[in-house]
Amino acid sequence: MSVAANEAAEAAERILASHTGAWGGARSALAALLRTRRGQVGMVLLAVFVALALFGPLLAPQDPNAASSFSTSGAQNLEAPSSVHWLGTDESGRDVLSELLYAARISLAVGLAAAIISTLLGTLIGIVSGYRGGWTDRLLMALDDWVLVIPFIPTAIIMASLLGRRAQDWPLGRESVLVLVIGALGWAGTSRIVRSQVLTLKERDYVRRARVLGCSDRTIMARHILPGVLPLVLANGVLYVSLSVLAETTLSFLGLGDPQSFSWGQMLNDAYAAGAMTDGRWAYFVPPGLCVTLLAMGFSLIGYSLEEIVNPTRRERA
Amino acid sequence: MTWRVVARRIAVALATLVAIVVFNFFLFRALGDPAKDLIRGRLPPEVRQAIIHDRGYDQSTFTQFTRYIGDLAHGDLGTSNISERPVTDELGDAIPNTLLLLSLSTVLSMVIGTRLGIIAAWRRGRARDTWIGQSSLALYSMPDFWLGMLFVGVFAGGLAWLPGGLKATPGGAGGFAHWEDVGKHLILPTLTLTLGEIGQYVFITRAAVAEVMDSDHVLTARAVGLRPLAVRRRHIVPSARLPIVTQIALNLGFVIGGAITVEALFSWPGVGFATLNAIADKDFPMLQGLYLTTSVLVIVANLVADLLYARLDPRVRTQ
Repeated sequence: MSVAANEAAEAAERILASHTGAWGGARSALAALLRTRRGQVGMVLLAVFVALALFGPLLAPQDPNAASSFSTSGAQNLEAPSSVHWLGTDESGRDVLSELLYAARISLAVGLAAAIISTLLGTLIGIVSGYRGGWTDRLLMALDDWVLVIPFIPTAIIMASLLGRRAQDWPLGRESVLVLVIGALGWAGTSRIVRSQVLTLKERDYVRRARVLGCSDRTIMARHILPGVLPLVLANGVLYVSLSVLAETTLSFLGLGDPQSFSWGQMLNDAYAAGAMTDGRWAYFVPPGLCVTLLAMGFSLIGYSLEEIVNPTRRERA
Repeated sequence: MTWRVVARRIAVALATLVAIVVFNFFLFRALGDPAKDLIRGRLPPEVRQAIIHDRGYDQSTFTQFTRYIGDLAHGDLGTSNISERPVTDELGDAIPNTLLLLSLSTVLSMVIGTRLGIIAAWRRGRARDTWIGQSSLALYSMPDFWLGMLFVGVFAGGLAWLPGGLKATPGGAGGFAHWEDVGKHLILPTLTLTLGEIGQYVFITRAAVAEVMDSDHVLTARAVGLRPLAVRRRHIVPSARLPIVTQIALNLGFVIGGAITVEALFSWPGVGFATLNAIADKDFPMLQGLYLTTSVLVIVANLVADLLYARLDPRVRTQ
């Protein structure tokens, strides 16, 4: 463990010291990540779910959206697992395994998209706030405090239910509402971290020199500040994917997702409504939750490892 | 702790409260239209118009806002569209149920979680640390309600030991038997929420304690030859308390989110369950009142944590 940690630390020094370009940094960060146990487990989990998202619909026995998947007579509804339907069927006679495989795409896409929105917002606000200072800083940080104090899930529930009525004809339907809501409420932590990093970066010599040479503020922020905060932003963004995946699952379970599409949260909502727990239909409600747990765990493991690599103060002293 | 510190914290909380009240009004009007979205059913046009007029939704936004503030100042949150009872009465029923579930599970998860976090940090890098860390991460990554679904499946479905929903058996006995019944109904939601929240307390505590363990004063205490347990009790835990309290306060908003899903799963008649019902019923006054309640709960919890922090930190106390 300590050898691996030392190697990770050395790799981190190289990343922080070298300005050899983003690719070199990314490659050594990945190498450092794969040297830790947690990073390895996280990457394996992530790889499995990315493969499921890409190829799941090809592996699925049937297309749950197709009319032929429904049982018209109702005779095949809520079947127990069998050799035909490995995880049984749902309340409309559709194959649960197929739904599970189709859902990987939606759950992963919504989680990633929401995390990307909140990370971009947080980075932008953090950089502007930290670099500009003064009133801009005070205003933005007041907004930041505000977003941190309002309760996340209740606010998301209300926003999603109000917006959901208008989203029927948006691309991706109500799932895009979830992306928007989770993204819009999740930037405050990132901007806090970015801002404090910017405060130290802007006093560095290379930034001062750029200013003396007459670079515009925008150039300095984009060329000289942004690269300095990027590793932190990345680690934080990966952590936020797991929170977004969980938030999407929660909101869908509460009935705020798109009933027409498949996500693991939506499946759990259906399973709950069909009384799967009291009837002992384990094959219906255990797999979707397990998938969410493992996906969230994968992103957390990668995020924590990256954070240790890029943020020396978080690193364990062995 | 000087009164000035207390006064300042309370002022900040009050300012946040005012902001919440304003936000609560405009959120609903910016994202929706109460006259259109939040009156349920196919009412005859004149009845609908009468409701809209009675609620003042046909007035200008400014007039509606002053009316909302005025009513709020009198403790009037309007009338539920569904039960036709004052929203404050409905809240009066729901809040104690939420507080019961929330306080019970928060105390349990905090006590167990911080304890486990201290043990993990103390045994850093050893088997026990790894074991605690891995199970905390697994619990943390599970959606709270799914954990609850598993418990319902085992204890209410399979074994049929415990009820899987509601606060009491409908039509059940009164008196002592009633409270025994409520207690039984409370077990699974509390267990779910406790385990769902435990992970974060372990992480927070472990990080804080590990950090303190590396500090100079702990090294000194060890070098002087104090017994390990004395070092832990007198020099590590007190210093670690501060960051733990702050982090826990920041997480309270998430705990309430967890409570909502657990209430929904178990049909536990609290604020979260009522929120989902209000959404399904398009009960606008209820929804607004419930959201205000949730936000106030979080602000109060933050204030308490802030004051506790001020009490614990000698730098603030003597300031």
